Amino acid sequence: MTGPLLQVRNLTKRFHTPAGTVHAVEDVSFDIPRGSIMGLVGESGSGKTTLGRALLRLIQPTSGQIRFDGTDIAALGAEEMRQMRRRMQIIFQDPMSSLNPRLKVGDLIAEGLRAFGIGSRTDRRDRVAALLEEVGLSADHMNRWPHAFSGGQRQRIGIARALALEPEFIVADESVSALDVSIQAQVLNLLLELRDRRNLTMLFIAHDLSVVNYLCDRVAVLYLGRMMEIGPTDRVHRASAHPYTRALTSAIPQPDPRAARNRQLLQGDIPSPLAPPSGCVFRTRCPHAAPGCEAGAPQARTISAHHQSYCKRTEELYGH
Amino acid sequence: MTGHREAMRTPGDTILSVEGLSVGFGRGTARVAALRDVSFTLGRGRTLALVGESGSGKSVTSLALMGLLPPSGRILSGRLDFRTPDGRVTDLARLDGAGFRALRGPGISMIFQEPMSSLNPLFTIGDQIGEMLLLHQDLRAAERRRRVIEMLELVEIPGAAARVDAYPHELSGGMRQRVMIAMGLICRPALLIADEPTTALDVTIQAQILDLMRRLQKELGMSILFITHDMGVVAEMADDVAVMYAGAVVEQAGVLDLFDRTRHPYTRGLLASIPREGLGPDDRLVPIPGSVPPLSALPPGCAFAPRCPHARPACREPVSLEPKAPGHLSACIFDFAGEAA
Repeated sequence: MTGPLLQVRNLTKRFHTPAGTVHAVEDVSFDIPRGSIMGLVGESGSGKTTLGRALLRLIQPTSGQIRFDGTDIAALGAEEMRQMRRRMQIIFQDPMSSLNPRLKVGDLIAEGLRAFGIGSRTDRRDRVAALLEEVGLSADHMNRWPHAFSGGQRQRIGIARALALEPEFIVADESVSALDVSIQAQVLNLLLELRDRRNLTMLFIAHDLSVVNYLCDRVAVLYLGRMMEIGPTDRVHRASAHPYTRALTSAIPQPDPRAARNRQLLQGDIPSPLAPPSGCVFRTRCPHAAPGCEAGAPQARTISAHHQSYCKRTEELYGH
Repeated sequence: MTGHREAMRTPGDTILSVEGLSVGFGRGTARVAALRDVSFTLGRGRTLALVGESGSGKSVTSLALMGLLPPSGRILSGRLDFRTPDGRVTDLARLDGAGFRALRGPGISMIFQEPMSSLNPLFTIGDQIGEMLLLHQDLRAAERRRRVIEMLELVEIPGAAARVDAYPHELSGGMRQRVMIAMGLICRPALLIADEPTTALDVTIQAQILDLMRRLQKELGMSILFITHDMGVVAEMADDVAVMYAGAVVEQAGVLDLFDRTRHPYTRGLLASIPREGLGPDDRLVPIPGSVPPLSALPPGCAFAPRCPHARPACREPVSLEPKAPGHLSACIFDFAGEAA
């Protein structure tokens, strides 16, 4: 098969709450090519977690299409969706709260295999042993309880569990955020190996742009549920065409005391997703906001191959 | 910035000197050493970053300094010499409850990572900031309120005169952290202990708070002990750095020296683990293998040896923090220096 594994079109998710409607994800479109890692970055309230879950239909989207290998999964019935779930998995942030403490590691990893009736008991044992070794643990760990493992090891168990059904697509939601940096680097390198060895396609959700720049082939930047910029990581990182991405990049403290800090400090706080600003949602904090930014949501502007910015002033500001 | 970082320091300019601090949790044979022989010094008007990963002991160190160790923890040995604003030297390890109460506020003050759990939801922020003044200064209510509003303006809370009557839940995370800073600074402390003050914040808000702290330090002339796990924040905030691992300081140096001539294999491993500018698409991070040993089962000798690429049999002998170059200490029997990590 060629073409992107995942095609998302005009995806919108709104939550109706007593306080009003939360515009969690609004009109987001993108593709993820097979065998590549797409980074999804944003701050609190950007909708990145909601978007990741909507892609797996752990949350029902309000509108829009999610085409997985050509099939619109937003429209699938329950049994068809169940079959589709074998092909898509998720790894969570906190492996301790997502691993059932009453199951031994081997049973945790084999849970999906059992649910789909795959293999005999012995087959499943062999499969679990191979998976544990693939993620850098050892086969005899299958007889231990999750609490006996460190944070980094638990995240490896979470990854082995996600891999058990040989999925083509994995959503990793802040999967390294809770780990110490020395352990984080181990897990990031493991994800890169898995992408290459299994030709895995991944959506990697993170608030840490430097981790995304390291790991991902492409990156999408969200703010208040809207896409700000999307493109090849190197382009978005070094030749960003959106004021929000630029501010986000310049806000990361660099581990270099001599690094020049020509920082674009953003004023104020992220507005409430209950009452997002009209037009461009970033305009209330944007250093380049101008008359016109309040009228109508910005449309995608193509900068170069696969690189798009959702800023009305892109041409004028960055010469595109 | 650079001139300030390289300012010369004389011994009389030391505001805090920690020597041989050991802290244990639990009793008898169940006792676990959370800190082992920790030593560092903080110069007046400077920022010392205490950096380390989970379980390194950086937070326990700050709690010991504030007299806030939980009941199961106690200082087993060591001196914590603090030079009070009037010039006297007090050993915090020997201070009682009343002594600490007098010292907290005008002497030492602390801000924490989670503003929401450190603020009382039932009182306005004005009441909570004002309470510090109530404890330490004899002021009329109107004067107290005026000072609180002034402080809120100093930490750049917009509409301070109205926000003074707001409750914590009415503020954003970034604003709550500003309130915490206002509370920490209202008595103009000589030493501010900041324990991961920006870790819970979004990166654009973190940038605002770090900027604010740098400005306030200059304006108020205070010394800061900045506790963090983030080498990026260290590079940005610190004049001096002490790196902790498994309850001990493994390296201490000026910030430029620490990054340019990293000496301890743990610090070098930490820096090689961080995704940073300049990595090419095919460059890989070099993680530190394994994980931090539990404090209850530390190996003999150097605690980092089981994960260290340079470990030798000699690393099983005790090792102490020693000067390897002027102002640069390392707790390693080898002396790595000169090359970039």
